[in-house]
Amino acid sequence: MTDIAIVDYGMGNLHSVSKALEHVAPNASVVITSDPAVVRKAARVVFPGQGAMPNCIRELDVRGLRSAVMEAAANKPFLGICIGLQMLFEMSEEGNVSGLGIMSGKVTRFPALTMKDDSGRKLKVPHMGWNQVHQATEHPMWADIANDTRFYFVHSYFVEAANLEAITAYSYYSFPFVCAVAKDNIFAVQFHPEKSQAAGLTLLNNFVHWEPN
Amino acid sequence: MGLAKRIIPCLDVTNGRVVKGVNFIKLRDAGDPVEISRRYDEQGADELTFLDITASSDDRDLILHIIEEVATQVFIPLTVGGGVRQVADVRRLLNAGADKVSINTAAVLNPQLVADAAACYGEQCIVVAIDARQVHDTSTNSVHWEVFTHGGRRATGLDAVEWAKKMALFGAGEILLTSMDKDGTRDGFNLSLIRAVSEAIDIPVIASGGVGNLDHLVEGILQGQADAVLAASIFHYGEYTVRQAKEYMTQHGIEVRL
Repeated sequence: MTDIAIVDYGMGNLHSVSKALEHVAPNASVVITSDPAVVRKAARVVFPGQGAMPNCIRELDVRGLRSAVMEAAANKPFLGICIGLQMLFEMSEEGNVSGLGIMSGKVTRFPALTMKDDSGRKLKVPHMGWNQVHQATEHPMWADIANDTRFYFVHSYFVEAANLEAITAYSYYSFPFVCAVAKDNIFAVQFHPEKSQAAGLTLLNNFVHWEPN
Repeated sequence: MGLAKRIIPCLDVTNGRVVKGVNFIKLRDAGDPVEISRRYDEQGADELTFLDITASSDDRDLILHIIEEVATQVFIPLTVGGGVRQVADVRRLLNAGADKVSINTAAVLNPQLVADAAACYGEQCIVVAIDARQVHDTSTNSVHWEVFTHGGRRATGLDAVEWAKKMALFGAGEILLTSMDKDGTRDGFNLSLIRAVSEAIDIPVIASGGVGNLDHLVEGILQGQADAVLAASIFHYGEYTVRQAKEYMTQHGIEVRL
C-alpha cells in the first residue's frame, strides 16, 4: 500500500515535493500518481500544483482524478500546496474558473498596480521569495515551527476564505492575505514547504505523522 | 514586515566543477558543486543558481546529475540555466530537480519558447536571463543598454529595458539581469541598468554582475531596486559567508531571512 500519494495531473514539476517527502519519511512509500485508484488507496494525499488554475482543473478532470481528490479531502490526511490550496475553493478570478468547492471563498489576483511596501516602493507580482507565516490558530501541523517563520512563496493569486474559522495562517504583502487553511483532515498552504529548507521539512514531517481527529 | 530580499549564490559549472570567469572569459576552479551547494544552504542562501557554461552539448548530462544530487540534499529553490534551447530542455532540467529554468540566448532567437515553456510548466519556473552592455549614444549624450547573447559575444541590437518588458509579457516569472561591463570586475552592480529594468516591469529582478563587497549587495537593493542579488566570487573564495552578507544587509535596514 502507498503511504503517501502525490496527485499528478500533468501540470508542472512534482519531483521537489517527492524528494522532500522521501527525505523526511525515508521508510515510507511515496508515489507520484495520476491513477485515481492509487489516490484512493493511499494513507495520505498531497495535492500540489503549479501553473494556471484553469489548466490544472481541466487536467484534473481529463485524468478522472476529481472524485478521488474529493474523497481524499473528505476522509484522510490531505495536504494542499500552492495551486493545490487554491483549487479547494469555489472559484478563481484566474480564467473565472470553478474550483472544487471544498472550502468556501474565492481566489483573487494581487492588484500589482496599487501595491506598495512601507517605504512606498512598488511591490512585484508574482509574490516570490521568503515571507513570514503568522500562525492564526494552533494546529498539529505547526508543531516545532516558530510563529512568523519564513517560508518560500511563488504565486500571483491568493485565497479569500469566506469561512474565517478555516484560516490558520496569514502573510503580509502590502496587506494581510491567507497563506494557510485547515479544516478537519485538510491542511493547505500557499507557500512551498518542499522548498522552504528546515521549516518546510518540519512541516512535511508533521504531515507524515499527523493523525486528524 | 513582509517579503525578504533574496541573496542568491551563483555557481558557474563546467565539466562537473564550479568555476569563476572574469568578463565571461578567464576561468578558475572554485570547487565541487554539490559540496558548495550544501555549504551555501547551511549559511542561509535563499536560492541557488547554476549556470552550465559547458561549451559542448555532449557534456550537458553532467549538469543533470549534479542537479539530481543537489536536489536530494538541499531544499531551497534551484535555478538552472545554460544551453536551454527548447521546451524539452526545460523538462529535462525540471525532472532532474530544478525548480526554475533560466533561458538566455534561445529567448532572443525564439521568444515563443518563453511563452511555450511558461504555458507548460507555469511562469514561476521560467527565468529570462539578460546579459546587457552599456552603450553611450553620442548624439543625445545618453546611455542605454544593449542585449548580448552567446555568453556575451554577440550583439542583438535589442534594448535591455524593452526586452525585459517583452519577456514579462511573454510569461517570464523573473528576470536575471547581468551587466557584462561589470561582471567579474568586483566594482559593484551597474545600478542605473538594474533600476531602469526593475522600475519598468512588475516581475522580480535579480541583480547580477560586479559584486566585490557587501556594500554592493546593499546598493543593488536600495539604489538598484532589485528584488534579489546574485553573487559568486565573494562567496566562493570564503571572503564572506551568506550569513555575514545577510547580517550586513539587516544593519542597513533591508529585510532578509536570517
